[in-house]
Amino acid sequence: MALDTDTVKRIARLARIHVDEADLAPLADELNNILGWVEQLDEVDTDGAEPMTSVAEMVQRLRVDAVTDGDVRDRVLANAPMEADGFFVVPKVIE
Amino acid sequence: MAALTDLTIAQAGAGLDKGEFTARELTDAYLSAMEAARSLNAYIGETPERAQTMADASDARRAAGNAAGPMDGIPLAIKDLFCTEGALSTAGSHILDGFRPTYESTVTQNLWDAGAVMLGKVNMDEFAMGSANITSHYGPTLNPWKASSGDNAGKDLVPGGSSGGSAAAVAARIAAGATGTDTGGSIRQPGAFCGIVGLKPTYGRCSRWGVIAFASSLDQAGPLARTVEDSALMLEAMASFDPKDSTSVDLPVPSYAAALTGDIRGLRVGVPAEYRMDGTPPEIEALWQKGVDWLRDAGAEIVDISLPHTKYALPAYYIVAPAEASSNLARYDGMRYGLRVDGEDLTETYERTRAEGFGHEVKRRVMIGTYVLSAGYYDAYYLKAQRVRTRIADDFRAAWDSCDVILTPTTPSSAFALGEKQDDPIAMYLNDIFTVPASMAGLPAISMPAGLSDDGLPLGLHLIAPAFGEETLLRAAGVLESAAGFKAQP
Repeated sequence: MALDTDTVKRIARLARIHVDEADLAPLADELNNILGWVEQLDEVDTDGAEPMTSVAEMVQRLRVDAVTDGDVRDRVLANAPMEADGFFVVPKVIE
Repeated sequence: MAALTDLTIAQAGAGLDKGEFTARELTDAYLSAMEAARSLNAYIGETPERAQTMADASDARRAAGNAAGPMDGIPLAIKDLFCTEGALSTAGSHILDGFRPTYESTVTQNLWDAGAVMLGKVNMDEFAMGSANITSHYGPTLNPWKASSGDNAGKDLVPGGSSGGSAAAVAARIAAGATGTDTGGSIRQPGAFCGIVGLKPTYGRCSRWGVIAFASSLDQAGPLARTVEDSALMLEAMASFDPKDSTSVDLPVPSYAAALTGDIRGLRVGVPAEYRMDGTPPEIEALWQKGVDWLRDAGAEIVDISLPHTKYALPAYYIVAPAEASSNLARYDGMRYGLRVDGEDLTETYERTRAEGFGHEVKRRVMIGTYVLSAGYYDAYYLKAQRVRTRIADDFRAAWDSCDVILTPTTPSSAFALGEKQDDPIAMYLNDIFTVPASMAGLPAISMPAGLSDDGLPLGLHLIAPAFGEETLLRAAGVLESAAGFKAQP
């Protein structure tokens, strides 16, 4: 399943990472190198093996459905690249 | 008297208790040593004022008879993956420029509650993705060790990674101990490369809360220290049950130091055939055999075991870990914290921010992860890898029928030169071939220095125990440590 440059472009879009046109082909080679190497997993007979969903043998714990914090607006905003009047400022998304 | 910075944590604690020196004197000794060793680039951010304030508070507690325990007044380096309130926390990434958390990670809070002193934040591979500490936005950390002969003589060597700054700092005596995190070997491999002890606890033993996430089903915090006893003391302070981490396990934290009885008579030590791999240097094989002999001489029973899926752990890891990383790193969008690079619209702002903010290895792994989770490929890659992971865990489960711990080498080589393996990701990934299987199964494992390579560099031996078998692990490691008598220093 070798990746072509169009697929790399699509993945980059999904991952929200800008990739220059000129870098698509070398990146495809790098990704194909890694994907080719992991394909040795096809040798493993996994019939009857459940996909692992939890590495710790534990029952999922549920917490009490109660408010445990809040009133921390300024702490939440403290690292914002842009903020105004208690809000994050983001690029316009509606024309 | 030896230099204060040469004392182990246990020795320093005893000296503090006896009033031979103060926590402030100990901290100041480390702060001077840090300044003199800046060429290693181990620290991303030194926090001397905070260290002195914490040391003074420790001295006040001790004077009042309220010392918090063996970690009170001990100066530590903190991997930059741990969020520390008010102190720059970057994960070694450009995308977290200027990020000063408004909260403290549970593990570091536990250490401060135990009285430990923060010297600063140490360098690491970006988002803990790497095995040589060369992917950090803040530049590579150097290994304090130098090869005495051979091709690498005189060259700058890597400290391993991703906890490269942690390992280099402890080895260079510019921290008494350090926190690290281990996803596939990131504590144990740098521990081996720098000639110190690195312990990855059982998944769920130390809280992940406030630790910047890489691969959540694998990430686990642990100590890097100069002795097995120091590792036990640190782990005891770091570990806790934490309701804020949904995979934190609600088990009491035992006295790990008390487990170091030195008595392993009757302990069954498994030696897995599959770890004898083609191309492993003879000096690694020889050290492994020495380790077997040391444990047998101490009264352990040596058992040949088989872990049939060993060779598939690494490729399975390179699907699972990038998949989780692609999801975890989606949060870096330039809106709420860190770097923002403006584009024409929102999507382009995301894309420009992430293109500029992430380094090459991180981008590569995020893209691999995005691909293996994407429609049409999820079953073939991601689900397949998770099934293989079950097989790997089953291998260990079967092995525990016939043994109590497993002994292997930590790494397939000693530290390599800066610049080596840089252009070949798979060669770099192979560093973790002996450490990844335990990570995939969530098991505790430890690396301790056991000898020197032909060119005078440290080599590690690696023990793996069943889940929550840290006490057995530390006991066996303590015996190996005594037998190896590793005293070399960089």
